Amino acid sequence: MDLTPLFLPQSVAVIGVSSSNDRHPANVIFSKNLLRYPVRTHAVNPKGGVLHGEKVFPSVSAVPEEVDLAVVAVRAEYVGSVLQECIAAGVKSAIVISGGFSESGRDDLQTGLVDLAARHDFPFVGPNCLGLYSPGIIDTFFLPAERMVQPPKGGVAIVSQSGGILVDLLVKFADEGVGISCAISIGNKAIIRERQLLEFLASDSRTGVIVFYVEGFARDEGRDFVRMARDCGKPVIVMKAGKTNEGGRAVSSHTASLAGDYQVFRSVLKQHGVIEARNEYELASYCEALSCYSDKSIEGRIGIVTGSGGHGAMAVDACISKGLSVPGFSESIRQQLQDGFSASIRSIAAVGNPVDLTGSALENDFVSAVETLSITPEIDCILLLLLPYLPGISSDLGASISQVYRRSGKPLVAYVPHVEKYRMLIEGFELNRVPVASSIESAVNMTSVLRRCRPC
Amino acid sequence: MLKKEIQNILDSSREVGWVLEPNAKSLLHMAGLPVPRYGWAENIEEAASMAAEIGYPIAAKVVSPAVVHKTEVQGVSLGIDSQEKLQEFYRKMSILPEFAGILVEEMVEGEELIVGATIDYQFGPTVLFGIGGTAVEVYKDVALRMAPLAPEDMSSMLQELKGGKLLAGYRGKEPIKFSALTEVLLSFSDLLMDIAPFIESIDLNPLLCSAQGCVVADARIILADQ
Repeated sequence: MDLTPLFLPQSVAVIGVSSSNDRHPANVIFSKNLLRYPVRTHAVNPKGGVLHGEKVFPSVSAVPEEVDLAVVAVRAEYVGSVLQECIAAGVKSAIVISGGFSESGRDDLQTGLVDLAARHDFPFVGPNCLGLYSPGIIDTFFLPAERMVQPPKGGVAIVSQSGGILVDLLVKFADEGVGISCAISIGNKAIIRERQLLEFLASDSRTGVIVFYVEGFARDEGRDFVRMARDCGKPVIVMKAGKTNEGGRAVSSHTASLAGDYQVFRSVLKQHGVIEARNEYELASYCEALSCYSDKSIEGRIGIVTGSGGHGAMAVDACISKGLSVPGFSESIRQQLQDGFSASIRSIAAVGNPVDLTGSALENDFVSAVETLSITPEIDCILLLLLPYLPGISSDLGASISQVYRRSGKPLVAYVPHVEKYRMLIEGFELNRVPVASSIESAVNMTSVLRRCRPC
Repeated sequence: MLKKEIQNILDSSREVGWVLEPNAKSLLHMAGLPVPRYGWAENIEEAASMAAEIGYPIAAKVVSPAVVHKTEVQGVSLGIDSQEKLQEFYRKMSILPEFAGILVEEMVEGEELIVGATIDYQFGPTVLFGIGGTAVEVYKDVALRMAPLAPEDMSSMLQELKGGKLLAGYRGKEPIKFSALTEVLLSFSDLLMDIAPFIESIDLNPLLCSAQGCVVADARIILADQ
């Protein structure tokens, strides 16, 4: 199954547009692609006619060019015949938006689609899904463009069993400045499931980090999935829903009782180097860190630079609870740190780990401390806790400290409170590909995931 | 490759739904897993002569297709040191439903571990390893891996256990023989891959490990519904 026409279509047919209801999902999808995306977009409805000045074709076979992707939003009972027409007309792939299949007890309708697609080796996503959003390429979400919050273009691909969760993740990612290559909702995943998408995304040059929101794999399919994830060379992150056992399951052995679905799930992910995100906050942090450092792998010896003792202490606690170490420095490093301090803090700053520069620190004290740690072999990642309200530092600090990372290559993670007035400081880091967290915990999550990322 | 003798045991157990312990021991032995010296006595004289051959003290357990959880019916007696006690145990057991004799076994000592298997819906054959004994479901100190196991899974599973330290020579105790444990786990993983289509779950609990080696003291193999 070649998924290229689905992910990178040149032409799309939206089947099921309404002439009377412009809020119909098909109309929303048609309009946004016609107006906002380079893909050539055609409307289809058996009644024909004109929609927003564009001709509506009576069937997909009447579209006067080869169609890479059909987006189907007709009533469930008509989907089978529509797909049949698509196959006959040489359409290369489809996304079935329509619901009313297995999720509402109509296994028969869904089986019909699966049989048809399998017979003709025809790839389709869904049914009962939002389909694909790929910045600058296509958007089949039936959400009006002005209602969506869209993250920038970037390297994270998201595959989700739930459309609602996917849209929420996009909001979260936009908020955290995590860029995406594509986001796909697979709904009932009748034919195209996690495994096929992993295979495609593993070789997709736009994608560096692959995320899955999974409720459950089909029978035995987790097995292929984790093996493929282990061997694919890109970090794979999974967020799982349905972690609690339904209970009441009668089991006659200790093993069956102890090996609950979720216990097995998380153990097997770990066994294969697949990262588990336990919630959307962890997920966003992991994605941000791995988008910047997908080729880095650390052991987890963290050097902390802070402008406040309290922040340093909180960060140490969070590091230790994640199994990271915060080693003390040798005498020569302490001396080197001390030598870099400006006169005003030399007698009050602490040169342990955390390096506490105090609230009196000047711009250059941060740069100098990070510089020293970036050449210290005792640590392999720097955690910088930056308090932008300190009087001695400016908004340029993000960019100037990022230069230290760009020279040394040692991963650096910054914490800066995310409020609008510190935007320039944050962008100074982000535009130089240094991840910035909005909380200490999230900063520590960002560092800890680098340890779990195998060298690629 | 599944040995014919192993297949025969599985086939003959299908009606009961699980493999009686003497048959399970025999199956494990064929698969290269260490089991104690044992005999299946179907009358009281046989029990006495087997015990004499193995040498007292011995362990004795009820064999009955109606008894999956032996301890719940006081069906296990450890450290029996005389023929009189053995005969008394036999008589007590003989009134249990579907009584089919007793298992007479060499006594073994060591740290109680559990090795188990289950067929996970999403991931297929899965191995469980942890601190065993009757309280295994209370402490839940276990590690899980998708089978087959790779050599690196051994150390990572041991690291994952809170009780792993108890095995490495805790407070002056001799450490267990890890090479023997590794062999048990790898042979078990191979066996599991062979018999996965026929089983629902397996408990080797306890697997007794000491400085001398490891022995499967009790085994339960539950078959899949066909």
